[in-house]
Amino acid sequence: MSHQDAGPEGNEPTTPTEPEDSAENPPDATKQVAAGAGHPKGAETALQLLNAVLEGSSAVVTFLAIVLAIVIGGLLIAFTSPTVLHAWSHLFSAPGAAFSRAWDVASSAYSAMFEGAIVNPHTVSAAFHGGSIAAIFNPLSETAVNATPLILAGLAVALAFRAGMFNIGATGQFIGGAMIAGWIGFAVHLPMIIHVVVAVIGGFVGGSIVGGFVGTLKARTGAHEVIVTIMTNYVMEYLILFLLGLAVFRAPGLPNPVSPPVANNAMLPHLAGATLRINAGFLVALAAAAGVSWFLNRTTVGFELRTVGANASAARSAGMSPERTWIIVMVICGGLAGLAGASVILGTDFALTPQIYGTYGIDAITVALLGRGTPFGVVLAALLYGTLDAGSVTMQAQTQIPVDIATVIQALIVLFVASPPFVREVFHLRRRRRVEEGAQVLAKGWSA
Amino acid sequence: MTAVPVVTRERVTFDRQRAIAGMFVMLGLVDIFVFGFLADKGDAVFTFTLTGAAVSVPNLSLAPGPVSEALGALSIVLGFLYAGRNLAKIPKRLVGIVVMLGFVVSFLCWSDAGRIPLPFVSLMQSTMLASIPLVLGALSGCLCERSGVINIAIEGQLLLGAFAGAVIASSFGSLWLGLFSGSIAGGLLAILLAVFAIRYMVDQIILGVVLNVFASGLTGYLYDQALVPYQNRLNSPNTFTPIKIPVLGDIPIIGPILFDSTIFLYIAYAAVALVHIGLFKTRWGLRVRAVGEHPTAADTVGIRVLFTRYRNVVLGGLVAGIGGASLTIGSVGSFGKDISSGQGYIALAAMIFGRWTPLGATGAALLFGFSVACANVLGTIGAPIPSDFLLMLPYVATIIAVAGFVGRSRAPKADGQPYIKS
Repeated sequence: MSHQDAGPEGNEPTTPTEPEDSAENPPDATKQVAAGAGHPKGAETALQLLNAVLEGSSAVVTFLAIVLAIVIGGLLIAFTSPTVLHAWSHLFSAPGAAFSRAWDVASSAYSAMFEGAIVNPHTVSAAFHGGSIAAIFNPLSETAVNATPLILAGLAVALAFRAGMFNIGATGQFIGGAMIAGWIGFAVHLPMIIHVVVAVIGGFVGGSIVGGFVGTLKARTGAHEVIVTIMTNYVMEYLILFLLGLAVFRAPGLPNPVSPPVANNAMLPHLAGATLRINAGFLVALAAAAGVSWFLNRTTVGFELRTVGANASAARSAGMSPERTWIIVMVICGGLAGLAGASVILGTDFALTPQIYGTYGIDAITVALLGRGTPFGVVLAALLYGTLDAGSVTMQAQTQIPVDIATVIQALIVLFVASPPFVREVFHLRRRRRVEEGAQVLAKGWSA
Repeated sequence: MTAVPVVTRERVTFDRQRAIAGMFVMLGLVDIFVFGFLADKGDAVFTFTLTGAAVSVPNLSLAPGPVSEALGALSIVLGFLYAGRNLAKIPKRLVGIVVMLGFVVSFLCWSDAGRIPLPFVSLMQSTMLASIPLVLGALSGCLCERSGVINIAIEGQLLLGAFAGAVIASSFGSLWLGLFSGSIAGGLLAILLAVFAIRYMVDQIILGVVLNVFASGLTGYLYDQALVPYQNRLNSPNTFTPIKIPVLGDIPIIGPILFDSTIFLYIAYAAVALVHIGLFKTRWGLRVRAVGEHPTAADTVGIRVLFTRYRNVVLGGLVAGIGGASLTIGSVGSFGKDISSGQGYIALAAMIFGRWTPLGATGAALLFGFSVACANVLGTIGAPIPSDFLLMLPYVATIIAVAGFVGRSRAPKADGQPYIKS
């Protein structure tokens, strides 16, 4: 597809409607009048800002997409709740009750979500009366804990996007990382600090092996990475199931296929006291995001990567080797997803289970899309996801609304973010003048 | 919309013919040295008669060692033949089929050697059962992608079909209504796919993945919210009973496998035939393929490109929805969270494996169904291979196929690219 803004210059992929930018564009009729009249500078900036909103700049579209998804999620909550459905059956005798019930159910669900993910007012007031201070920060800690693997796995997908590859294989790479990190954690005995560092590096290596396999196949045989990654996901899922049946990986004496717990030395240290689950994995994730950002924008290989992503043929003409780039990219991406696995096994779960991979791999794709393929965007998107995940657990505990609503909302957000024209139509925003589509990352169908 | 020039194939440093031949030789060596030499003592016995069948077929008893070694030697010879000569299309395929069959037979001999007899008929029956959603899902993929829309949302279509099938059949007490609604549910997700892919031009791979997540979240949510508390009313459907086709159903071996199953198998037969004939023997299919290969040319001669795509995507969703319904009201009855368990992705692989053709996709789906059935049946006879490896088999096979075979056959040229009328 021809429209991607991620040129080799390394800007963020979505720049077109910065305010200065629209001033350079051929202005439309109203704007021309306004600019021609020579308004003071402040008014002009305000006008440009207004324009950005009315046209739906990418930030505005993202915001509106989130709003839209939350509204639809609220409607879903309201109209599947038994009490609300009951109230609807009395619609004609008590019309107000149906609507107020629906509002109550949805708003209590969302406020429970807020309490679980950001801050719970009860813990604040309790702290003034001798309660624990740490409890105030528990929701934020949970959000960060949930976001950690998503940042890492999201980077794995985002980096591949920038190289024009679509990495659906974060699940398999996650498992590869978790397996090796976990094995080092429980089977090897090393001194403090060294142990956890070795285990984390092991996680990176485990993921890179899986990712590198995919990259090599693509480079050597032209096998499409989408198919190969989907398949390696399943192979790895069965592989971990198989390994957990073996004596090497199986905790002795337990009926379930679970590995022994990782040694204390191999656990990622807590950042804020033992009661809060937030751990050094979060810092690893942030460092990885910074590292990927540096790698993409400040290194030769990163430049080659973006060039190959923008146009592989042109990159080849310029003397770069797309094949080599694909392999390097997939090794790094695999390693990042492997780090996600390590962060889970060494930070929160502490033992391998057949379901250790959860839904991180798939969520990583949507996180990368929401973050528009940039490391900073991925961090923000992962934090949003972490918020929804942490909040939905509290929501289920308080209101019995199933946690899966978070999945629905996340899917809707990404669906809308990926289709700015749809959001513009819903909110009656003006059509953009430029051919764009910020959210289109670089995947190109089967043939490329 | 100008396509980004495809990276040229000549650069790929990989000789496909040699690689395939090498694989044949490898399989032959595995036949001989693993399945032949390492087989347990005792014969492998295959039974071909179900209890209560009118005609009984004698059991087949094979000595694993000699059989596997002979088949292995044959594979190696064929491998060298394949490498040495440029065979025509049909002998080429025959060679492939013979090698694969030899591998399967020696594998089965090895797994059953010295154990309780292997019930061949029930193995094949569960193969067919496991294949139904895969076949229908893969056909959905063919219908969409031949018109130029990538359909990764097969998984979601199966899932919604399974959900709607179980819930409607349970609450209205009508299996046929359940089947119908399952199909409609698949079609509804396909409408979303079509609108966002065609009208809003969202990247179709992304879109498919997102829709799968959406379907998984939605059905999971509704399952916890509604189906768990009202299990009896909403999630206890009957299941279709097998229909035995007169005369054909009484043929020994083949009858119980092919002609004594639920309505879903017959629907699958019909769908395969219809899609194959439709796509390759009718004017309708020619137009669909034209839209998928070169939409601008198709538009120039007056074919309505966008309409064709909408119609095909929705048609595909309806077909996959039936496949989804087969997961609930065709076999286990009630719906469970993520009951499709990745079968949509296997169907996608089957379609690619089958080179975007209905017949090829069906063959691949049967192969995948067979390995699932093997995992189930061989587990019960205590075969010396962990069932996890058998379950891995379809995925490994797909990777090999994608790396080895599929490269030369290409997706429809405009697959995944939105069409903007200029």
